[in-house]
Amino acid sequence: MRKHLRLPSGKALVISIPYLWMFLFFLLPFVIVLKISFSQAAIAIPPYEAIFQYANQALTVVLNMGNYIFLTQDSLYFAAYLGSLKIALVATLVCLALGYPMAYAIARAPRERQLIYLLLIMMPTWTAILIRVYAWMGILSSNGLLNSVLQSIGLIDAPLQILNTNTAVYIGVVYAYLPFMVLPLYANLVKHDETLIEAATDLGASRIKAFWKVTVPLSRSGIIAGSMLVFIPVVGEFVIPELLGGPETLMIGKVLWQEFFNNRDWPVASALAIVMLAILLIPITLFHYNQARELEKKA
Amino acid sequence: MRRPDFSSVVLWLGLVFIYLPMIILVIYSFNASRLVTVWGGWSMHWYVGLLDNSQLMSAVKRSLQIAFYTATAAVALGTLAAFAMSRFQRFRGRTLFSGMVTAPLVMPEVITGLSLLLLFVALAQILESLFGVLFDRGMLTIWIAHTTFSVAYVVIVVSSRLGELDQSIEEAALDLGAPPWKTFLQITVPMIAPSILAGWLLAFTLSLDDLVLASFVSGPGSTTLPMEIFSAVRLGVKPEINAVASVILFAVSLLTLLIWFIARRADKRSRMLPPDDELAG
Repeated sequence: MRKHLRLPSGKALVISIPYLWMFLFFLLPFVIVLKISFSQAAIAIPPYEAIFQYANQALTVVLNMGNYIFLTQDSLYFAAYLGSLKIALVATLVCLALGYPMAYAIARAPRERQLIYLLLIMMPTWTAILIRVYAWMGILSSNGLLNSVLQSIGLIDAPLQILNTNTAVYIGVVYAYLPFMVLPLYANLVKHDETLIEAATDLGASRIKAFWKVTVPLSRSGIIAGSMLVFIPVVGEFVIPELLGGPETLMIGKVLWQEFFNNRDWPVASALAIVMLAILLIPITLFHYNQARELEKKA
Repeated sequence: MRRPDFSSVVLWLGLVFIYLPMIILVIYSFNASRLVTVWGGWSMHWYVGLLDNSQLMSAVKRSLQIAFYTATAAVALGTLAAFAMSRFQRFRGRTLFSGMVTAPLVMPEVITGLSLLLLFVALAQILESLFGVLFDRGMLTIWIAHTTFSVAYVVIVVSSRLGELDQSIEEAALDLGAPPWKTFLQITVPMIAPSILAGWLLAFTLSLDDLVLASFVSGPGSTTLPMEIFSAVRLGVKPEINAVASVILFAVSLLTLLIWFIARRADKRSRMLPPDDELAG
């Protein structure tokens, strides 16, 4: 059996350096966002009022609920959350429908070919989303390539308005996030034991039935990982709705950006972030436990 | 010959869907016409023009610097974190630790960006009121932001390799009296070197690509390349941007190929070793 390594002196150091960094720059900032979300916007630098005030030997804590109340009063915010969730959900399902067969095909290819396919899938994930989305702007615009091609073969008479609509956002999101669905699914599917399928077919199941009854249930953790890697970031996506979407596109990432950069209302932007985080807490937790279980299995 | 099955057809369609837009972008970057939708013959015109654009060039230089420091810091922190996660089964706060390490993978960038900016603002207030030090946002804050979210990716790459390693080699070194730090540096690190390098390159490209975090935490005069591109792209498709985008696509493709070769060599090498009791299911 494997002995546990004992590194008494270094152990604390090895853990504490990354621990401190992540605590300081990842966890602590959320506490500050929470704090600012309860403060009052002000015309100042920075543009909010302090929550803790110490005057006349008394510490007053002013928790301003106004930002959260404001979010409920303007229907724009509710619509933006709903819009983000809808786009993220549909995009996740489309990515799953496309990505599962892709991952399945890669996992069953010969070993050398698998590596090449993986490279082809991975390459775009390392390329700026900005550039890949920009590529679609040229294709989808009303005098762009897609419309020219459709017009020249006589399929349409007038150019279709695709850019700056939700259709363009769906195309962009699926395009940008498809590789993130394929990779974890592949990592799962490639470990499957082919003999299980053989056993199922020997026992009289059709190949399709064997696929649904054996392969799909076994790939559950891959499906969860892939879906969460698509769904969660898409909910907060900013670049795609900004560049491909139009006035009808309401997504919370874009609204937050505008509150922060255009209106300079930091407290409302913070409240928007906190509510988004609360919505995403369940999917994030699901993702985390799924990952931890996979890691545990490996160790 | 086997009839191509459904999944292979989808795979090929998917690959065409992924690559066609990028290929079109690159082809149009050689378009001589100023009108982005009209083909006016081949030309290198837009590429030559890039070199004269000093604003763009300084953004490129800045982005490369940030990416270099980000990758270096992220690899150091990520390797330690991966080592802690895979070798220390229990320590106080392990759940929180693994949560902090995996959450940046999925956390929407607008949230991370906003929260880091607010941290830096609060930090600046404290530094100014306590020590009178002025703390400006700029390359340092972008570096911190990029390092923080790249660590998660390095941990994934490195810990998958650490999980495959035969721990008995480390144990042997320890049994023979090597101090733990020496075992780590002389035994563990060389064995995971390919994934450390892959993690470095991954963090480098992540930093080079990032727009949202940099927009939040940058200060005046620290515009990165993606920020420069974004402000131009917002106004529409332009031939100059096609050229910049193509250069970036080319550079990232080269980096990815490099990582792929490193990973493949490591994969081959570990496959030549006698198979250990590989988990069968």
